[in-house]
Order: sequence, then C-alpha cells, then structure tokens
Amino acid sequence: MKKQAVVMGMPATVNVTDISVMEEDISEVFSYFHFIDKKFSTYKKDSEISQINRGELQETQFSNEMKKILVLSEETKKETEGYFDINFNGVLDPSGLVKGYAIFQGAEILRKKGFLNYFVEIAGDVQVQGKNEKGESWKIGIQNPFNTDEIIKIVRLFNKGIATSGNYIRGNHIYNPREKKLTDEIVGITVIGPNIYEADRFATAAFAMGRKGIEFIEKLKGFEGYMIKKDKMAVLTSGFEDYVN
Amino acid sequence: MKKYLQISTVLVVFGLLVFVRQFKGGDSLPVVGVSNNPVNPLPTNISTPAPAASAGQPTQTQTVASTTTPIPKPKGQYKDGSYTGSVQDAFYGNIQVQAVISGGRITNVIFLQFPNDNRTSQYVNSQADPMLTQEAIQVQSAKVDIVSGASASSQAFQASLADALSQAK
Repeated sequence: MKKQAVVMGMPATVNVTDISVMEEDISEVFSYFHFIDKKFSTYKKDSEISQINRGELQETQFSNEMKKILVLSEETKKETEGYFDINFNGVLDPSGLVKGYAIFQGAEILRKKGFLNYFVEIAGDVQVQGKNEKGESWKIGIQNPFNTDEIIKIVRLFNKGIATSGNYIRGNHIYNPREKKLTDEIVGITVIGPNIYEADRFATAAFAMGRKGIEFIEKLKGFEGYMIKKDKMAVLTSGFEDYVN
Repeated sequence: MKKYLQISTVLVVFGLLVFVRQFKGGDSLPVVGVSNNPVNPLPTNISTPAPAASAGQPTQTQTVASTTTPIPKPKGQYKDGSYTGSVQDAFYGNIQVQAVISGGRITNVIFLQFPNDNRTSQYVNSQADPMLTQEAIQVQSAKVDIVSGASASSQAFQASLADALSQAK
C-alpha cells in the first residue's frame, strides 16, 4: 500500500508491501511527520524552533525532541569538521538534520509494528527495508540534476538509507560572478548509508565540503557516495558500484 | 493554465536576466544580477544576449535565443512595484525572493533568503583519492521504485517567485 502527501512543504511517500498493512499504519507515519513539522519548521511562526529563535523559550522549556535534535546536531558538527552547522548568524535551523531524522523515525514506526518490507521517502531521501512488490530489493534512481525528469544511475538497496544533497538552481547554468566558476562545480552528492539519518546528515555535510566531500564519504566506513560535478562527470567512492546491478 | 504559462515565461526570463551572487556567512542579503535595461518594456534588446551572461558564459547565447519567442507582449503583464514571495522551505535553509517589476516586467529578483550551503565550504585543491573513480553521467531508461534527488530547493524557489508574481497581478 502506497500513500503520498505533502509534509514539511515537501512531497513524501510511504509504501509498505507487506500484505497485512492497514491504512491506519501508514497514516500514523504521516501524523508523526506533521508532529515533527509543527516543532521544527523554521517558517511556521508558532513552531518551537521559531519560538526559540525569537528568544521566547528557555532551554529548560525545550521539548525532548528539540533537545535530542540539538544534541544530534552538535554531534554531527563535530563529526564533520564543522561543515554541518545549524547555527547561522545566531539563528538555529536544524532542517538539514530533521528530515533524515523524521524519515528514520517514521520507518521505525513501521518496523515496530512488525513490517518487513517498505520504504519511507521525503523529497528524494529514502529509508528502504526488505523488498518491493516484486520481491526484489528496492530499485532507486539518482535524479539527473541537469534534467530532473531523468535518472542517471540506478542502485539496488536492502535495509539502507539514501540521500541526495545539492543545489540544482546553481546547477542550472546560473553563472556565479563571485566565484567566477562555471566548470568543476559540485551540483549534488548522493550518499548511501546504514540508515537514512546517517546518509542524510553526511550528504548535507559532504555537499558543503565541495570537492572534498566525496573523499570525506570515502573515508567513512559503511558509506558510499556518488558526486555529480557541473561538467556532468560523476565521482564514485570505491564501493559504490557494488550497489549498481 | 494561463497562470502556469505566465509563471514559466517568467522563469525563463529569470534564467536570462539573473545570475546569482553567491554570499558567504555574515554577508548581507544577496542581490541578484539585474538586466541592464530596467525600464524598457519592449522586447527589443532581448534578441541580444544579456551582456553579463554572454560575457561570462558563451554557451548561454543559445538559451537566450531560444527564450526570446515566448515574450510577445510589448506591454508588461505585471503592475510595477516590489513584491515579496512567500518563504519556501528548501530544507537546507529557506528560499524567499522579491520580484521587482518595472515597466510591467521583471527587472530584478532579489533573494531575501537562500540556502546557505556554501557558507563553510572551502576550496580544497587536494589530489583526488586514488580509490575514487570517475564516469560521465548517462541517462538511464529503466523503471525504478524511488528517485533520489535534491530538486526541492528549485521547487521552493519557483513557489516563492510564483507567489511574489501573483501579488503583482
């Protein structure tokens, strides 16, 4: 059973292929996403994060989820040599971590219910478990940053997370006068990891690192990456091809 | 349908006129490049590539030529003024644009908010790790269950601009 909705201003899909699945099971995942959105949306004025950014909440008043996200953000900052940082000019924006976290926890809801075969996806970042409708590993296409209707690489994943970080506006031939660079610019990086939370946060950090992002992924045990440059060349980590059938 | 056409026309025009000025952490709001002909509502100068774009990127000439046709109106379709679009979540930050209409046409698009993905990035001139391999990207035709991509920030930009322009009607 597959359901789609817009959550956090992004398209989301939950697909459970176990035959025992009920509509309520999937709805529970979407309810969780809306709960997270209410807390962490930086453009909802009444969200907890917005209240914190306006100085209306003391640290002792933070919700448990907020505390957890702030701890995880700090941890990620350390693990990425500071490239992942939710603090920008004194304003907290944990969006780069919250999406992966939400997908991971959404998938956990299904796992705890005993489901074995499903995927949970928000805006192109996915946690896959078990098999698809045909009984095969889930087949994931990496979007072409130069034409988002196309895919340029296909991987088969079993119990993994896959996330892509990029900026396709800049990828879209918009000249950057300050950097004066047209070639060799990184337009996106896709990261496969043990789960979507890990894949997403390291994809975010790796993209911020620019060219050396793929080397960062190469050094991480259990992660593979596919980096696309502006010259339409891709750089692959050493184990990436293992996922390509 | 008409609205979509207008929006897409506007986006094409945007691609023509605008080049993003990158901003680093601590900078003030980035201002996007402007057409050097802010008030002339006539499409006369459009057949020539925008100077900034052509100087920096010769390949854009073709894009410019192909986008001249969908702007048949000599009079602009929007009311003059500055219109601020809604904030759109691009998940690594928000996108919000302001469209400046002059002579009925978009003369500037200012990014009030933009995902600041590059704020900590450094140019590292390191040798590629010998374990890394390279390949040219190639379009695949096989069907897949899921697509992984990062186009949502582009969608967020379009949504914010569309919102700004809907106010200019």
